[in-house]
Amino acid sequence: MSAYDKLVFELSSPGRVGFSLPESDVPGKPLAELLPRKFLRGAAPALPEVSEFDVVRHYSRLSRMNYGLDTHFYPLGSCTMKYNPKINEDMARVPGFARLHPLTRPEDAQGALRLMHDLAGMLAEIAGMDAVSLQPAAGAQGEFAGVLMIRAYHASRGEKRTKVLIPDSAHGTNPASTAIAGYEVVEVKSLPNGEVDLDALTREVGPDVAAFMITVPNTLGMFEPRIMEITEICHAKGVQVYMDGANLNAILGITRPGDLGFDVCHFNLHKTFTTPHGGGGPGAGPVGIKAHLEPFLPAPVVVKDGDTYALDDKRPKSIGKLQAFWGNFGMLVRAYAYIRTMGADGLRSVSDNAVLNANYIMKRLEADYDVSVPGPCMHECVLSARRQKRQGVTATDIAKRLLDLGFYAPSTYFPLIVEEALMIEPTETESKETLDEFCDAMIQIAREAQQNPAIVTSAPVTTPVRRLDQTRAAREPNLRWSPTR
Amino acid sequence: MASRYIANTPAEQREMLRTIGASSIEDLLVKIPPKARLSRPLALPPALAEADLIRHMRALAAKNADADRYVCFQGAGSYDHYVPSPINHLISRGEFFTAYTPYQPEASQGTLRTIYEYQTMIAELTGMDVANASIYDGASSLAEAALMAHAVTERTEIVLARGVNPLYRRVVATYCDGPGIRLREVPAPEGVLDAEAAGTLVDKKTAALVVQSPNFYGCLEDVAAAAEIAHAAGALLVVVTDPVNLGVLEAPGRLGADIVVGEGQGLGVPMSFGGPNLGVFAAKAELVRRMPGRLVGATVDKEGHRGFVLTLQTREQHIRRAKATSNICTNVALCALMATIYMATLGKQGLQRVGELSAAKAHYAAEQLTKVPGVSLRFAQPFFKEFALRLPKSPASVVAKLAKQRILPGVPLKTYDRTLADCLLVAVTEQRTREEIDAYAAALAEAVRSPQRRHR
Ligand SMILES: Cc1ncc(COP(=O)(O)O)c(C=O)c1O
Repeated sequence: MSAYDKLVFELSSPGRVGFSLPESDVPGKPLAELLPRKFLRGAAPALPEVSEFDVVRHYSRLSRMNYGLDTHFYPLGSCTMKYNPKINEDMARVPGFARLHPLTRPEDAQGALRLMHDLAGMLAEIAGMDAVSLQPAAGAQGEFAGVLMIRAYHASRGEKRTKVLIPDSAHGTNPASTAIAGYEVVEVKSLPNGEVDLDALTREVGPDVAAFMITVPNTLGMFEPRIMEITEICHAKGVQVYMDGANLNAILGITRPGDLGFDVCHFNLHKTFTTPHGGGGPGAGPVGIKAHLEPFLPAPVVVKDGDTYALDDKRPKSIGKLQAFWGNFGMLVRAYAYIRTMGADGLRSVSDNAVLNANYIMKRLEADYDVSVPGPCMHECVLSARRQKRQGVTATDIAKRLLDLGFYAPSTYFPLIVEEALMIEPTETESKETLDEFCDAMIQIAREAQQNPAIVTSAPVTTPVRRLDQTRAAREPNLRWSPTR
Repeated sequence: MASRYIANTPAEQREMLRTIGASSIEDLLVKIPPKARLSRPLALPPALAEADLIRHMRALAAKNADADRYVCFQGAGSYDHYVPSPINHLISRGEFFTAYTPYQPEASQGTLRTIYEYQTMIAELTGMDVANASIYDGASSLAEAALMAHAVTERTEIVLARGVNPLYRRVVATYCDGPGIRLREVPAPEGVLDAEAAGTLVDKKTAALVVQSPNFYGCLEDVAAAAEIAHAAGALLVVVTDPVNLGVLEAPGRLGADIVVGEGQGLGVPMSFGGPNLGVFAAKAELVRRMPGRLVGATVDKEGHRGFVLTLQTREQHIRRAKATSNICTNVALCALMATIYMATLGKQGLQRVGELSAAKAHYAAEQLTKVPGVSLRFAQPFFKEFALRLPKSPASVVAKLAKQRILPGVPLKTYDRTLADCLLVAVTEQRTREEIDAYAAALAEAVRSPQRRHR
């Protein structure tokens, strides 16, 4: 393998520059005379010294050591890796958006505020909620905000509730966000088919429970058939119901969290609404709520008065602020452009095709892999490699082998309640040919697991590096480059 | 109408349904109870073709006073620094742009290497041992630092200097509510930390003392003195800083900081009406296992080649769940990539130049603006690229008047501090020219000179 193995520091040559800055056009003293010495840096920071072209070639080469959605099918379950439209990128870069300072007075930021106001309204309609805050920076922060609003609501009614119920199939951010919001997390066991155990739920909901938090469709890709009973059971006991909206791509225009009885629901604009994942972020995690929670929304709230838009920060019952400014505006521009492009019929057809594609994959793979729950599924399906494991081939091995065959991997080992889980979400933007190629590869791997497991367990061999020593990384953490290493 | 973002044709849909053994897509939705179904189309505006969308978006954008059409002297946590051209070209490569969290390291070495470079450069700039892969923004990064200090020290109070950006203090309050952490504030009557007051407030209940330098008013804080106060009580010192200044300003790590956080937007990230931003988070090595967020470490592959992975993941929500050090999952990796490319492009000399130019222009601007009768510097403290001006007229009215001349003169401080109702916070970066500064001074003179109204 002749992979590129440089870090930018290793390209550095003393005196080389990659920047262009003007000479100072103002008279004045040098810095050492402007400021007391104790505030100044003793030695210049050891940053690389490289030319602009060094930079361009280096990062271009590094990019080629990645699989991205633009280059590879990326069936990462729960992440909705759908095509990120290029026009949205152009729109986010229009100077009127990209070069707008956050503290520009509202009179001079009417276009931005209107976009936010209208986006919040469209998301509220999509989810059947009464109001939406665009401030949360990602799904996890949306969860945090939602749980804090629930907490403030109970407190406003003089109720002391200390627990939040969360199924064992939940994403890790659910319990983590809830714990930071000051609650004790009680894990509720799911039924073997991944559905909520209504008897267990009925037993658990009591006067000390503040909320029940679930994902719909659930993390096995299934719609909870008794969802409306669930929200009713909770409400009867004064328990608020939170929907993790990470899987909203399955239900656009088909059903709405608000109509199912949910009090709170967050959106992941980087999933359902096509904002790019950026190698891990940024995203945006707006949170929708029913009217009774409105006083507690994160401040400020974008409001409309006649034809004028403003930021209303006089909200005494608000849970407060989540980030310094108003939200990940650049992501909001992209999501807004997407919804305006699709319209109602377009969004409905998104979910129809997402569901169709996932069921197609599940059907094509059901002979070679165990399905975690019989279908039909919604927008994703969870397979189990337990059969392959008996041949010594794990979900990890299958994921690595897929890399060799030209695909990124599904999510693995999530949800935790499925042994050797492979969570596959194709999204609506993939073509049947791609799905077929992926299914053919998966079937080939299942055969290899029987006939030649070594080829699977030794994968990947085509990537820039082979399997990496995770234990060593954790045991002797090397988290920054230094010239002596 | 068919959508360009969906590939399946009706014929392909039928073929797939045949394979599945369903007669229609409706058949696949049987688990959804009929009474839960939406019986009407979503009430959304009609779909727009690409050219119509562009027209619509441009019309919205045209209603905003952006820093291309207006001369921006606004700061307070978001700054108009220069963004070198290669950044946008490189981050737009689909291999970076459309990938997600590098959970399959063999197919994500590009992202992992850039994060490792980012961690290295941030650690170097801040003078700390380790930096994480990013938090959402400067404010949430500070909130995470407060939670971390609470967890590390098992103490229940955080003492914040009033010079810490008030928007950040509000975010800290949101995050500290659940765990019941008490927040206390040290006044800054002279624009910087009142050390004596800090000395009495910081005690054995204090998890951390938080100072910002340059602080919200632009003044430089004596970080070393703050470190002494914190450490004498066994508390941690958290320093909020703007890393783009650290080409010339002393690294907080060399002044005694235990945790350094800040807003990295100045490092090549567009202002974008306040987000996405870049939460910088760095700490001393002994705190690494309590750090929030992702960390990338170097290791080797099975053939001994250098490679990079996400590491120390047992801190994180997907493993530790309710006991994780933070709930963060999606972060702002692409903004960290912008910063990485920025720091590589500017390099050792460039970041110094940015600092020198910003400081020189800010001091020139302060000189010119305070020549205007009735205008003075609010605080008699050393400042860097930002300063508070006291005006003889209401700052909001000055902002309104100057907007007509396409000048964004600064941020009125009234909303943040009632005692500063007559003040305007002015930021000057290397982007501002002498001509722009002189024009601002002339416009300000005009705005504050205009005769008093005869009628009320
Ligand atoms: C089901 C589910 N819930 C919550 C989250 C957290 O969202 P985010 O990563 O945007 O914080 C995720 C995403 O990764 C998820 O898949």
